[in-house]
Amino acid sequence: MESTSPVAILTLMIRSRTFERKIEQLFRTHKMHGTTHLAIGQEAVHAGVALGIDSSDWIVTTHRCHGHTLAKGSSVEAMIGEFFGDKRGLSKGLGGSMHLIDLKHHNAGSSAVVGSSVALATGMALQLQRSGSDNLVVAFFGDGASNRGVVHESMNMASIWSLPVLFLAEHNEYGMSSSAKKMVSVDSIADRGSSYSIKSESIDGNDVELVLSKVRDAARYIREEKRPFLLETRTYRFSGHSKSDKLLYRSREEEAEWAKKDPIGRYSQILVDRGEITYDQIAEIEQSESENIDTIVASYLEDHQELTLEESMEYVYHDEVSL
Amino acid sequence: MKMMSYREAIREAMMEEMARDENVVLIGEDVGCYGGCFTVSSGLIDRFGTRQVIETPVSEEGLVGVAVGAAIMGMRPVVEVMYGDFSTLASDPLLNHAAKTHFMSAGAQSVPLVYRTPMGSGTGAAAQHTQSLETLFTNTPGLHVVFPSTPCDAKGLMKCAIRSNNPVVFLEHKNYGQMGLVPDDEYLIEIGKADIKRIGEDVTIITYGRMLDTVTQAARVLEDDEVSVEIVDLRSLRPLDTRTILDSVIKTKRALIVHEAPLFGGFSGEIAATIASDSKAFSSLMKPVVRLGGREMPIPFNKHLEAAMIPQVEDIVKAATSLFG
Ligand SMILES: Cc1ncc(C[n+]2csc(CCOP(=O)(O)OP(=O)(O)O)c2C)c(N)n1
Repeated sequence: MESTSPVAILTLMIRSRTFERKIEQLFRTHKMHGTTHLAIGQEAVHAGVALGIDSSDWIVTTHRCHGHTLAKGSSVEAMIGEFFGDKRGLSKGLGGSMHLIDLKHHNAGSSAVVGSSVALATGMALQLQRSGSDNLVVAFFGDGASNRGVVHESMNMASIWSLPVLFLAEHNEYGMSSSAKKMVSVDSIADRGSSYSIKSESIDGNDVELVLSKVRDAARYIREEKRPFLLETRTYRFSGHSKSDKLLYRSREEEAEWAKKDPIGRYSQILVDRGEITYDQIAEIEQSESENIDTIVASYLEDHQELTLEESMEYVYHDEVSL
Repeated sequence: MKMMSYREAIREAMMEEMARDENVVLIGEDVGCYGGCFTVSSGLIDRFGTRQVIETPVSEEGLVGVAVGAAIMGMRPVVEVMYGDFSTLASDPLLNHAAKTHFMSAGAQSVPLVYRTPMGSGTGAAAQHTQSLETLFTNTPGLHVVFPSTPCDAKGLMKCAIRSNNPVVFLEHKNYGQMGLVPDDEYLIEIGKADIKRIGEDVTIITYGRMLDTVTQAARVLEDDEVSVEIVDLRSLRPLDTRTILDSVIKTKRALIVHEAPLFGGFSGEIAATIASDSKAFSSLMKPVVRLGGREMPIPFNKHLEAAMIPQVEDIVKAATSLFG
């Protein structure tokens, strides 16, 4: 497990923010191809979850998966490589930014078909249970995804089979342009838990220490009681949905209100007040994270390596068993 | 005639039909102020309000099913699903229900629904957002399937699809900014009619959707080599305009079929079989029919691999040339 000293937590969140800002810039300057979904503002959820579970526990992520992946321990090099479609990327450039998979760090990847991954996470938990493992699976999903039937079906199955799943609703108020206020029939997705006899709780997702401690509690409950758990983290997506979003569906006032609850700003303040760190030291961390990413990006821009079509075709099927 | 984009043509068709009949209702995710994933429905909510533009949660199976139910009661829904890939989620209401309602009720119920969704690659959106899944629908009696390639066809076919009393799967390509001439006056394009996009003498290339563009470029290259290409743009996959295909092949004596979907089990097999089963067309062939399609793999994220996956101008030129000599 990664160190959970306050400074390490803050550093992880800063790394994530720096990463997202760099990706945003690379898309804006057309250095990267495709689309991207930034999770600026949601860093506390990612850090709190990744550090609150065991490193041998699994996560299954979403299209907005950079932060989850970084927090679970993936190397920035391998992630950036994937974004560039480089063969040194996490999936050799075949998956792209919506599909970051890193088995070494027990990240089983994401579905870009929102919500579908929740069933896969549930199935992973089924096999963990069968094999007598003590590990659990975190199934991340958004408020938008919470309306997919498959999410409800999965919770029901996890409950009747008592599977080790932490359903992690990352409620960031919007699914693309759709406000959860208009689209989700309950104020809190945690309320859905009772329909499936799944214990649940809704918490402030921008308070990293709270997320960390609640995830630890939930993980303990899942392991000891052998029951799934539903945790809703309330947060906000500061950036647009994807690179083409004009943000017409929400007000600048609302954004400003949430900016005050910026998880990194808040935690920085707390740590400075507690005397754990100074603003100068935080600036140094920012500087060093930024330089690290810049160096990595520069090296990929200089030297691009990709699979050939024939090489990539090798991955369509697993080798057959010899009969 | 006026110039407009593929996107605008689809929008204009929906607008005209929504103005004509208030039972024409657009249903989909983020189709309001966001204008839909590819901004096709921009502005419609301002003009028609929430009675005719209904935004839904992320619930593909449910929302398409709801549209089928509403259609049975007299609504004429135009359902938008953001990416054709999510048709797998919508396939239950479409294949098991919409396609069978009229039949199983012995004609008592009908489903006048249009299912709009974009197919195809070229966007860097990786394997779950780039597929060409038309054959998911073409093997299902009870559905019509159209795939217009130009703004003009898109508009005329959309208006016909909305007026059809049958469920119509309306597939769009993602080159939404592609410009083309569209008649000023109202017009309709009948479902089930192919269009000869280029008249030629030496070889027939049969295609549809975005590939028309690539095939047209290849035809220009071939023309420089004094090969005269006839291009048949299917526009409708089901029903299929077999007459136009056969007549063209009988004339040119050579047939090449091009699509983006993987070749194995692809729609080109149906066309090749159509040609092979017609004795006049078959016996007129100077060479066996050639088919070109996508590689047998999911679409890679990497830009170059993504492009190389699907037939390129050079591939088409080479395949057409192989039909001679
Ligand atoms: C099944 C499906 N429907 C629609 C989409 C298009 N889409 C991509 S992200 C998104 C919104 C998802 O919202 P949410 O689950 O809240 O996650 P967030 O984007 O806020 O992280 C939508 C509708 C999709 N990828 N998959």
